[in-house]
This record gives sequence, structure tokens and C-alpha cells, in this order.
Amino acid sequence: MGSTKTKTHDEQVTLLEQVIAKYQGQGRKALMQVLQEAQAIYGYLPLDVQRTVADGLGVSVAEVYGVITFYSFFSLNPKGAFEVSVCLGTACYVKGSQAILEKIEEELHIKAGECTPDGKFSINACRCIGACGLAPVIMVNEDVYGRLTPDQIPAILAKYKEA
Amino acid sequence: MDLYRAHVLVCCGTGCTSSQSGKIIENLEKELTAQGLSREVKVVKTGCFGLCAEGPIMVVYPEGVMYYRVSPDDVTEIVSEHFLKGRPVARLMTVQTAVPLDQARNVEESDFFKKQLRVALRNCGSINPESIEEYIAHDGYLALGKVLTEKMAPLDVINEVKKSGLRGRGGGGFPTGLKWEFAARQQNEQKYVCCNADEGDPGAFMDRSILEGDPHSVIEAMAIAGYAIGANQGYIYVRAEYPIAVQRLKLAIGQAKAYGLLGERVFGSEFSFDIEIRLGAGAFVCGEETALMRSIEGKRGNPTPRPPFPAVKGLFDKPTILNNVETFANIPVIFQKGADWFASLGTDKSKGTKVFALGGKVSNVGLVEIPMGTTVREIVFDIGGGIPNNKAFKAVQTGGPSGGCIPAKLLDTPIDYDNLIAVGSMMGSGGMIVMDEDTCMVDIAKFFLEFTVDESCGKCAPCRIGTRRMLEVLEKITGGTGTMEDLEALERLAVGIKEGSLCALGQTAPNPVLSTLKHFREEYVEHVTEKRCRCGVCKGLTQYFILTDLCKMCGLCAKRCPVGCISGVLGKEPFVIDTAKCIKCGACMQACKFKAVVKR
Repeated sequence: MGSTKTKTHDEQVTLLEQVIAKYQGQGRKALMQVLQEAQAIYGYLPLDVQRTVADGLGVSVAEVYGVITFYSFFSLNPKGAFEVSVCLGTACYVKGSQAILEKIEEELHIKAGECTPDGKFSINACRCIGACGLAPVIMVNEDVYGRLTPDQIPAILAKYKEA
Repeated sequence: MDLYRAHVLVCCGTGCTSSQSGKIIENLEKELTAQGLSREVKVVKTGCFGLCAEGPIMVVYPEGVMYYRVSPDDVTEIVSEHFLKGRPVARLMTVQTAVPLDQARNVEESDFFKKQLRVALRNCGSINPESIEEYIAHDGYLALGKVLTEKMAPLDVINEVKKSGLRGRGGGGFPTGLKWEFAARQQNEQKYVCCNADEGDPGAFMDRSILEGDPHSVIEAMAIAGYAIGANQGYIYVRAEYPIAVQRLKLAIGQAKAYGLLGERVFGSEFSFDIEIRLGAGAFVCGEETALMRSIEGKRGNPTPRPPFPAVKGLFDKPTILNNVETFANIPVIFQKGADWFASLGTDKSKGTKVFALGGKVSNVGLVEIPMGTTVREIVFDIGGGIPNNKAFKAVQTGGPSGGCIPAKLLDTPIDYDNLIAVGSMMGSGGMIVMDEDTCMVDIAKFFLEFTVDESCGKCAPCRIGTRRMLEVLEKITGGTGTMEDLEALERLAVGIKEGSLCALGQTAPNPVLSTLKHFREEYVEHVTEKRCRCGVCKGLTQYFILTDLCKMCGLCAKRCPVGCISGVLGKEPFVIDTAKCIKCGACMQACKFKAVVKR
């Protein structure tokens, strides 16, 4: 995610064109793969990216939008430089992940699904990340923190606030 | 091949990777080289051992010594003490959970492993998943070789699977051989084999662990399935949230192709088979077979009515079979050891074993595989080590958002497909969450319903609208405004949704509510009539109080209160909570060192 910030707009456009060229001729069959790679380039899928993908694969923008909004992995909004994913899978939930989420919301003054005004943090309430042995678990970008209690949250976030 | 005097197996499953097992391997290799042992001790990165709660886990053979919660800083000590001087580091051999596993010096002797039987997980934790050679050394690709080089007829392959009694491990329990037979009967140039690795059940990580620990077993099984039904193309639909699994699958497919075990003319036969990976994008409904196929086609994952069944008209309208990861992982063993051997395991109607992701309020959280027929009690108390912190057991939830809760009085139910359905739950893909006295059953029902409301694809009205109405009723009850009529409304809605929904998501969505209503009705009634949540979970019904006689008048609670609703005089008057202003965040309760703050 962090690397998306360093790319210029022109670089992003070129990369997207290369992705579309790679799947040329496959049409809608390749839509999911193109969108996944496009999101890796931009960090999210704004309207102009949707248009480019639609034109490139020969499908309508409505169809592209329909697919994006169906799957929770795709995002129409930019994400923070640090995405805080709070696992709300059942194993984490019974071990108190709701309180962890509320603490993070309180600390960052945003709700799940939102991004801080400075673009630094966003909160993602996610389903199981498969590390149930460490429940309750959060991830900050790729870093995993497990066996948490709400009072550990401020210190964890502080590390990234300074970064 | 080099000979080593010791092998160190380091778990690189999801849980252990999250707690730095990668760094441990790095340090191990560095330290072994530094101490001149790199040609004597071999480091092997493996898949999941199962005991995730105590990770990162390391096992040293030939002794079978198991180390728990190893940190990268422990490596120097392990190398110099254990590998150089031959003295195992006792400090790291005891587990921290309530029930001692430490009496068992040997891995296999520990309570956690004794009652397990690893069939689908046979290679997880014992081979390096990134090495096809290690898979082959453990009889890998022997089954595919037997099928192709001994020229078994496709029908014989199917009959062998039918004879084994294997049923779908994704949840439904449909006989696998029968599914293959339907697809094999179709006359079509193009057919497909799909693997469902879109493990959406929150709290379940069986498929993930198999893909990460033994990817070749799935690839081998898919090729066997392809030969049996006459397909030459396979797709693995895997969650994008599982990057390690995706990377190991890609590696495994590449290795298999390089060895002629996949691709053109497999094993030099006339049979060709290729596999491609498709990433899911986070939609629970895509675990449903027709929805999954629409997603591979690049569409919204809306289910389509059956019939036509996928075996007749599936992916790209061609005959298709879809099996789950764990189902596939069982296939090679059936051909290695024979269908009769497989059928000798388990119960009358459910053969073989089942993998469960044991989680929640249980000591030994982890991945367990048991023969069908093992009781719930054996899993929770013998393998799982019981409930931590001396709390009382309340229920076990199986089947995720489609399943239900099994109460204490049914703990001796032997696990198989039919028994679990009979007690109002279902096998599901294998999530098994233990709940203790602090878990509110109404809240859990609401939790699952929030999930299904969120994940309903919206195509059919009973599921889209019905589940939302049910959720609203539950919100009323947990908020303190529920009535007894609401309980009846829940039951009425549930029947309509079950009967009227298009796919399994809607048909099973009411199960968590129905099963908790059946087994824990008194908790619902308490919420409604007494406006009380006995577990103090439902905020709408909970109130915080300060016990005057325990209050030391230190004022810490008032300082922590985010809304300033606690008043008192430092050192003179006990503090009091204004319950009208209280937002029930619990900060005061956490702050109080004297346990003077209580909730009820």
C-alpha cells in the first residue's frame, strides 16, 4: 500500500495500460484480475480507472462498477497510508475484538471504513485473517499484532503516528 | 543427498508466521553456520502443526522435542545448548495454557495429538510445502501415477472414490464420487475441475493451512479428478486475503509442470491437465458453487438456480465439478491406501476424518483433525484442553454463519454430518468456536446475522429483506425493547427465509438464531422480560455501578471516564456513576484497581 504513494500519475497510467494489454482479447473473463492489479497500482479504484478498465476490456462502466461494489476487497475510496485491519471473525469476536475496534476508532477519531483527514490511517473491519490462535488480532498494513487488549492499542498506533 | 543428524522443523503457517517464524528461521541458519553446524542440522520450514495458540512452534527430530512460543532471540540458546551440547532447552518446552502438555516429552504423546488422526493434514507440519521433492518422498504423486500408468479406467477411479464413502468437506456433505460421476456422464469436449479455496467462514482456517502446508496434495487430487471426469483444465478459486497460500500454490504448480506431473501428457500418458489460480475478492456468497463460478467468469458472484447443476452446466456453461480443498486433500490417500482403508475410518454414514479450526475460549487453539465419530467433548476437553481461566463451558459453535450452537448437554454427540444436523447445527467447513459463560448467546446470534446481512448478495428477497428484518428484531431485543412476540416473529421469519431463499446462504442464515433460541431460550427471555444480559455483553441492557464499600475514593475512574459522568470527592466521598450519561464504554471498570466498578 505504502508504495502506491510513491508512483506518479503518469507511471500509474502506464502500468494500468500494461495490465490491460496483458489480458487483451479475454474481455470480461479477465475483469476480476485486471481490477485486482489496478487496485494494487492505485490503492483504490476511482471512476477514471473504472472507465479505462471498461474501455480496455470492452465491457460497460456499469458492469465494472457492479463488480467493484459487489466484492469487499475492492475499494472506491482511497485508503490510509497505514490500514488498520481489525479481525472480526468469530474466534476474535468471542475474545473481545469489538472492544479493540472501538478503542481504535476512539484513538483515531474515525469509524471503520473511514480514513483520517491527513490520509495516514484508515480502519478496516475485516473477516477472519486466519490467525485465530492469536485472537484477538489486528493488522497494520502487513504487521500482525495478536493476543491484544484495548489498553495496548495506543502504544501500537503511536509507532505509526510517528513514522 | 546430504545426511543430517538432526532436523529442525519450524512452523510457517499463518499464526506462526505472524509471530515471526520467518525471523526465527533466518536466525537459526545464521547461528548454525556461526557455530559450524550447518552441515549437521537441517532447518525445514513446514506448514501448520496445529497448536497455533502456542506458536511459533519448532520441533526437533529425531528426539521429537517440541518448543513453544519461541522468539527469534531464543535461537542462540537453542543452537548452543540443544544442537551443540545435546541439552534440550527445558524453559521453552512447557506450554503456557492452563492444561499442561509438558509431561509429554514427545510430540505424538501429548494430549493434543493423541486423539487426532491426520489424513488430510498428513503432510502439514512434516514436509516443506515449497519442495515437491519432499512431497514425492512422502508418497506424493503416487496416486496420480497409479491412476495414469496402471491405466485405470475413469469409471474405476470414480468407483474407488464412491467406495471410500468420502463426502464433501466444504459443509454440505454431498458424496464426492457421485458428484464426479454426474460430470463424467456428460458428453462434452470441454469440462472443468474447480477447487473451492474461498474459505469465508469467519474463524476457520483449515483450507488455508492445507494450502500453505501441503499444496501439492490438492494439485494431485485435481488432476485425478480431471482424469476421472474428462476435464483438462482446473481452476483454484482462492481468497486474495491468503497471500502465503497463493504464493505456495503458484510455486507448486510451477514445480509440478517442470516435473511433468501437470501440463501436457502427464506421466507420459495421453492425459493433459493444467491448473490456473483465480483470486477471490472478499464475498462470502462465493463459497456457494454457482456464485463461485460466476466470479471466475468475471461477474458479480450472484448464485443461479439449480438445476441445471454445475455437473451439467457449470463454469462457462460447461460440465464442472467443484470440490473443497480438504475434500481434495483426502483423494490421494484413498488411492495410496485403498478405498476400504478410508471407509474403515469414521462412522457408518460419515467416513474418514474431519479437520476443525478450534478457536475461541479454549486452551489449545489450533487446527485439529479427528476421525468422524469423535465426540464434541473429546475435542473441547481432551484435545482442546478445556476452558481457560476456570470459566464454565457454555457452547460450541460449528458451521459458522450457517451453523448453530451445541450446548453442554449435547457434548457427547459423536461428530458426523447427520448428528450435527440433528442437534440443529451442521458440519460446515470446520470452524469450531468454543464459548464460555461470558459469551451472550443472543449477541452471538446477532453477530452471525450481521454477517449474513452484510454478505447477502441481494438477488432474492427472502434472504436480502428477511435477514435484515431478523437482525432488526435482534437489535431490539439486545437494546432492551424486545417483546415476547418478537421471539415468535424470529421463528416465523426463519422458516420463511429457509424455505424461500435461492441458495444455501439464505437457506441456512437463520440457523444461528434458531439453534440459540432452541438451546438458550432462557437467555432471550431474560433479555426481553428482565431487561438483563447475564453476561454483561449487550450494552443496551448493561449498567455500570460503583460499590460504595469497595470504593477507595481515588478518583481514577472519574479521570478515565470519557464523558465525565462519574462524580465524587477525592479521599472523602465515594464516587458515583450517573447512569443516564454513561456510554457504557467500560473504561472505569478497567481503571479501578479495587474491583469496585461492576456491571449488571
